[in-house]
Amino acid sequence: MSSKILNKMLSGFEGKQEDLIPILQSIQEKFGFLSEANVKQAARFLKISENQIFGVASFYSQFRFTEPGRNSIKVCLGTACHVRGGQILSDAVGRDLEITHGQTTTDKRFDFERVACLGCCALAPVIQINDDIYSKMSVIHLRETMEKYE
Amino acid sequence: MNDFQKMKNAAQRKWDSLRNNKIPVIFLGTASCGRAAGATTVLDTIRTTLKKRKIKAKIVEVGCIGPCYLEPLMDIQLPGKPRVSYSNVTPKLAKLILESNLIKGNPLSKLAIGYFGDSIDGFTDGLPRFFDLPMLKPQTRVVLRNCGIIDPEEIDHYMANDGYQGLVNAFIKGPLDVIAEVEQAGLRGRGGAGFPTFRKWKICRESPGKQKYMICNADEGDPGAFMNRSLIEGDPHAVLEGLVIAAYAIGATKAYIYIRAEYPLAIARLKKAIRQMKKYGFLGANILDSGFDLDITIKEGAGAFVCGEETALIASIEGKRGMPKSRPPFPAVAGLHGMPTIINNVETLGTLPNILRKGASWYSQLGIQGNSGTKTFSLVGKIRRAGLIEVPLGMTLRKIIFDIGGGTLKPFKAVQTGGPSGGCLSGEFLDTPVNYESLAAAGSIMGSGGLIVMDEDTCIVDVARYFLDFTQRESCGKCSPCRVGTRHLVEILQRITRGEGKIEDLDKLQTLGETIKRGSLCGLGQTAPNPVLTTLKYFRSEYLMHVNEKHCEAAVCRALIEYRVVPENCTGCQLCVSVCPTEAITGPRSEVHNLDPEKCIKCRACYEICRFDAIAGDAIIIKSKRG
Repeated sequence: MSSKILNKMLSGFEGKQEDLIPILQSIQEKFGFLSEANVKQAARFLKISENQIFGVASFYSQFRFTEPGRNSIKVCLGTACHVRGGQILSDAVGRDLEITHGQTTTDKRFDFERVACLGCCALAPVIQINDDIYSKMSVIHLRETMEKYE
Repeated sequence: MNDFQKMKNAAQRKWDSLRNNKIPVIFLGTASCGRAAGATTVLDTIRTTLKKRKIKAKIVEVGCIGPCYLEPLMDIQLPGKPRVSYSNVTPKLAKLILESNLIKGNPLSKLAIGYFGDSIDGFTDGLPRFFDLPMLKPQTRVVLRNCGIIDPEEIDHYMANDGYQGLVNAFIKGPLDVIAEVEQAGLRGRGGAGFPTFRKWKICRESPGKQKYMICNADEGDPGAFMNRSLIEGDPHAVLEGLVIAAYAIGATKAYIYIRAEYPLAIARLKKAIRQMKKYGFLGANILDSGFDLDITIKEGAGAFVCGEETALIASIEGKRGMPKSRPPFPAVAGLHGMPTIINNVETLGTLPNILRKGASWYSQLGIQGNSGTKTFSLVGKIRRAGLIEVPLGMTLRKIIFDIGGGTLKPFKAVQTGGPSGGCLSGEFLDTPVNYESLAAAGSIMGSGGLIVMDEDTCIVDVARYFLDFTQRESCGKCSPCRVGTRHLVEILQRITRGEGKIEDLDKLQTLGETIKRGSLCGLGQTAPNPVLTTLKYFRSEYLMHVNEKHCEAAVCRALIEYRVVPENCTGCQLCVSVCPTEAITGPRSEVHNLDPEKCIKCRACYEICRFDAIAGDAIIIKSKRG
């Protein structure tokens, strides 16, 4: 099933090396991560090796190779967030979910990433859950905020 | 060009009808910062209130006008009355303001912060003009002139405010005169390095190559910087018009915008603006009958800070790992696919339409000799009035931080300029005029414009560790001075923040930092040690305190602080007990609590929640809360 969807997606590209990152971005947007099967199919389409694809994909922090959780929580560690306690938030998320950044909880409820900057520095510290950005966050509000997501 | 005048007239009518409105107009700042502050729920409330009360009004979503600390910002313009602005609008407040304004015609001036346009007796009494507010008055808005004023998704709003006039003027002049105009204006690259824009363009124009490329660098990877995001979200056409002008000047028929995937709203607005441009004939074949063709492709970055570096950015567009190459050849000679390529920053491009519209002599009068024009900054950190600002080059740091930003709550300690490639400057530099040379002389850089203000609650060693940790992780790994050297720097700094530093470590940081600067391949490594070197120079006593006394005065380095209960302040309310994740705090209600330092993981939850300042860190009693 997924191979058909991917085929259709790939047909929108020319198949040049330049298309590689946009293709990986489309795959991740659709399937949530880069699975081995999907990378294989993309490699055939681009006429390059799977290793080449993993070589490029692993360089960029955007790409993930494991299935994400139902909700994704990102803690901003930009400079403004750092001086206003971003690291403390990051630690608290890890403690609450019992995982470290880059991992997904065993019940797949959350995955947890740290990001370099969300660009909302004037309202630091900020976290993002799915598409929602929460500003002026504190350890205290963190738990009640996370509870909104099942 | 006749068509242009017709389109402009139509746009003007549309804009005028909004200003000479027959129904109330509600402006709401819904840029990313506004949304983070809750603007979308305010928008929902506005919609339901209008519906419930059966009121006809127009809602205009605008970008960020600058004072992010006041967001969400909502303005109301009643027919025949000035636009009045309200800050920190919650859904409840929005409802109150709407009902008062739209039903009773009462602007609730006491709740408002300012008005736009002309003052009207009895309506704007006692209210200041918005642009006379202390944060805005010292500013000069050139690049940001439309941000927060127009609907960024309406090309007509942009055109009615002289949009695309610069492009028309460029076509009348011809490419060589456009380059000459930019030379006369004295525009230097706003991405940070400050290289004269015209010179780069000239090299590219004169380089042989079948295809030339124009690239807009919207990667904005500096943590603590959001000027480019705000400009694209608030006025995307300004950046796009600049991109077309630049492409025309260098003779490129293909353009790219390389933008961070973390900026979804900016990407969506660019896409929409590009569609509008095509419809109006500002893109595609034979733009405005000039004989010039241009296509723009948006490339989303995939999360690599090093891709802000020109050659790495090009590698990334080509679908490779974003690793820098040694230069020369410079991209202007051999860039994307080996062809002459120009990469300009978002702000540089956003400035161009203004120069072409109002002329080089007008622009060169702004700023100071050798540093003409304005620069946008994101003014953040421990500052009262945080947000996006634009000032003429040459303004002092003191004026920016204290007059515009309102200063710090606690005594000022340092300002970090230029992101991870920049440095921390101490109070003795506050009277330094901000320009490319003066900041470089102080050991920092202008960078793309992040200004992070720090007060006494910020530990300078921790900040240096933070930046090095960042650059170390973002190093592409191609050259060893950067890959190995930054890692070593981080390890030393970590040791110092844990209280395990030795006095020799300071010399090691110094020599290693200088070696990395000299030996690295690209700008990332060449500037990575700056935060360490500047802090060692200007804040040496703080390093010494960490090393010799194992003491962190700012109570930030976690290994060097301990939280404790201040018995005379503790009321025994048990709030801290309820939030402590490790049961380190105990105590019956109404009695002074006990904090077990063995169990405490220093998560700060108790400190944040205590309403009585009854939790303190280390030997230093933190008297007031973080602002």
